[in-house]
Amino acid sequence: MPDAPESADATDDAADDGIEAGVDRPGGSGLGAAAGAESPGAPDRVAMRVWRGDPGGGEFAEYELAAQDGEVVLDVIHRLQATDAPDLACRWNCKAGKCGSCSAEINGRPRLMCMTRMDELPEGPVTVAPMRTFPIIKDLVTDVSFNYEVAKTVPAFSPVPEPPDGYRMQQVDIERGQEFRKCIECFLCQDVCHVIRDHEENKPRYAGPRFFIRFAELEMHPLDTNDRRELVRQKGGLGMCNITKCCTEVCPEHIKITDNAIIPMKERVVDAAYDPIGWLGRTIMRRHKRSAEEAAAGGQ
Amino acid sequence: MTTVEEATVTAVEISGTRGGPDVPTLRRDGWWVQPLVSATILIAFVVYSTWAAFVNKEYFVGTASHRDLLSPFYSPCLVASCVPGSHPATVITWWTISPALLILIFPLGFRLTCYYYRRAYYRSIWLSPPNCAVADAHSSYSGETRFPLILQNAHRWFFYFGLILNVILTIDAVEAFREPGLGIGVSVGTLVLCVNAVLLWLYSLSCHSCRHLCGGQVKSFSKHPIRHKLWKLVTPLNAHHMKFAWASLIFVALTDLYVRLVASGTIPDHRLF
Repeated sequence: MPDAPESADATDDAADDGIEAGVDRPGGSGLGAAAGAESPGAPDRVAMRVWRGDPGGGEFAEYELAAQDGEVVLDVIHRLQATDAPDLACRWNCKAGKCGSCSAEINGRPRLMCMTRMDELPEGPVTVAPMRTFPIIKDLVTDVSFNYEVAKTVPAFSPVPEPPDGYRMQQVDIERGQEFRKCIECFLCQDVCHVIRDHEENKPRYAGPRFFIRFAELEMHPLDTNDRRELVRQKGGLGMCNITKCCTEVCPEHIKITDNAIIPMKERVVDAAYDPIGWLGRTIMRRHKRSAEEAAAGGQ
Repeated sequence: MTTVEEATVTAVEISGTRGGPDVPTLRRDGWWVQPLVSATILIAFVVYSTWAAFVNKEYFVGTASHRDLLSPFYSPCLVASCVPGSHPATVITWWTISPALLILIFPLGFRLTCYYYRRAYYRSIWLSPPNCAVADAHSSYSGETRFPLILQNAHRWFFYFGLILNVILTIDAVEAFREPGLGIGVSVGTLVLCVNAVLLWLYSLSCHSCRHLCGGQVKSFSKHPIRHKLWKLVTPLNAHHMKFAWASLIFVALTDLYVRLVASGTIPDHRLF
């Protein structure tokens, strides 16, 4: 059974934040009681190892608190904030896996805290650390502005002039791009990508998986006129990716980043830069391939 | 109160002090199992295929055994030193070492540059990284931007050669139904060669380059309906590329082993009907 006083505190404080704490109370009723019902054989307590620190350093702090059914890691972090660690910093927003705010590394794996159920984790202390790839601000909060800087370097959608009867597209033409629009910008793919995770010196010349899907989305758009292949090869660092598929493994939206975006982009780059038949075809047909600079400038 | 207009743009810190402990990984699961299994199978295949390629004997079961079974490692057998009956009329006379070495460069190149195998051996052999969120074993990294790894971009050329070899191995499988002196029949060897050919086709057609060349490279599917249909045909196969890669790799070695065991008289090739 959960520890009654601690659970009660958590409920009160969490309720102030609009959180359904789901505390098990004997004889209770309603949603909270239902969610808090104990499963047979479930552990009574959960042990947490949470990174506490800032740019000056840090260490894992260990906590133990009552187990509650149906909780996700973010719930436990909120209960910690409400009880033992009121100054614990963590970024979150929707708690529904759609805002991409609560990215962290749970037991060493990049995941959304709000989408990671406690009961699916193995027994033993649950380790929660900030994303490794980005500079730490405090505790579980990192500075992800690297990604916003990269985003500025991706030339925007550059459509053909609007015809008199307006733009029309067929569903079959937009299906590929729609998958990439599911991205919630949690940056877990950027975090897990070893190109920048383990080699920070690559950051200035590597866009990363999140932006490769942006490049792919634009390149596959039937109305777009820009040709970003040289740009993504020379400046975006597409060749740095060695397709180990970790980005696909961690994507909470299950976007097939490697198979549907990165590899198709690599193949398009081969068309543009490494295929002699492609070169011959462009030369004979006098088709112009945009340089990285022309692509970066955008426009038609 | 600060308004949007008053807000100043702060400099972005791309690098900075990282959070979390400075350890290779915080993972507690068996992350090492997958690269270990991959490395074991890949190394075993390389060792076996190297031996099989250099041994230069017992790769063909011919008329004397009422069979027409040729190992995929030696097909097409194009040099003059090939076992009689195993090669076509036109042969290369200046090649004096094992005929397998002339052929294997193409399937080897196809698999080495394959997007799936790249993932497998970058993780399991090169440890870059060994698994997700496990530290890269190398202190510097330039990916596939320099020689020799920039040659990975030649994958589609090996794909083309791979298709030619698939056609030849399919012909071998069809010829395996021919049992000299007995007529047409089906033996275990026939089935082995047929399964091998099917797996190699599935592996080739599920290739990412194949998917791209079929239709992935077009911007507008509605303007290229045939290419869209082709793309839709190979896309479901592409989703299983990893399975086909492993199955075809293991089975092509088993096919060679089977032919070798029959050719050496170690086991008989049972006629089924």
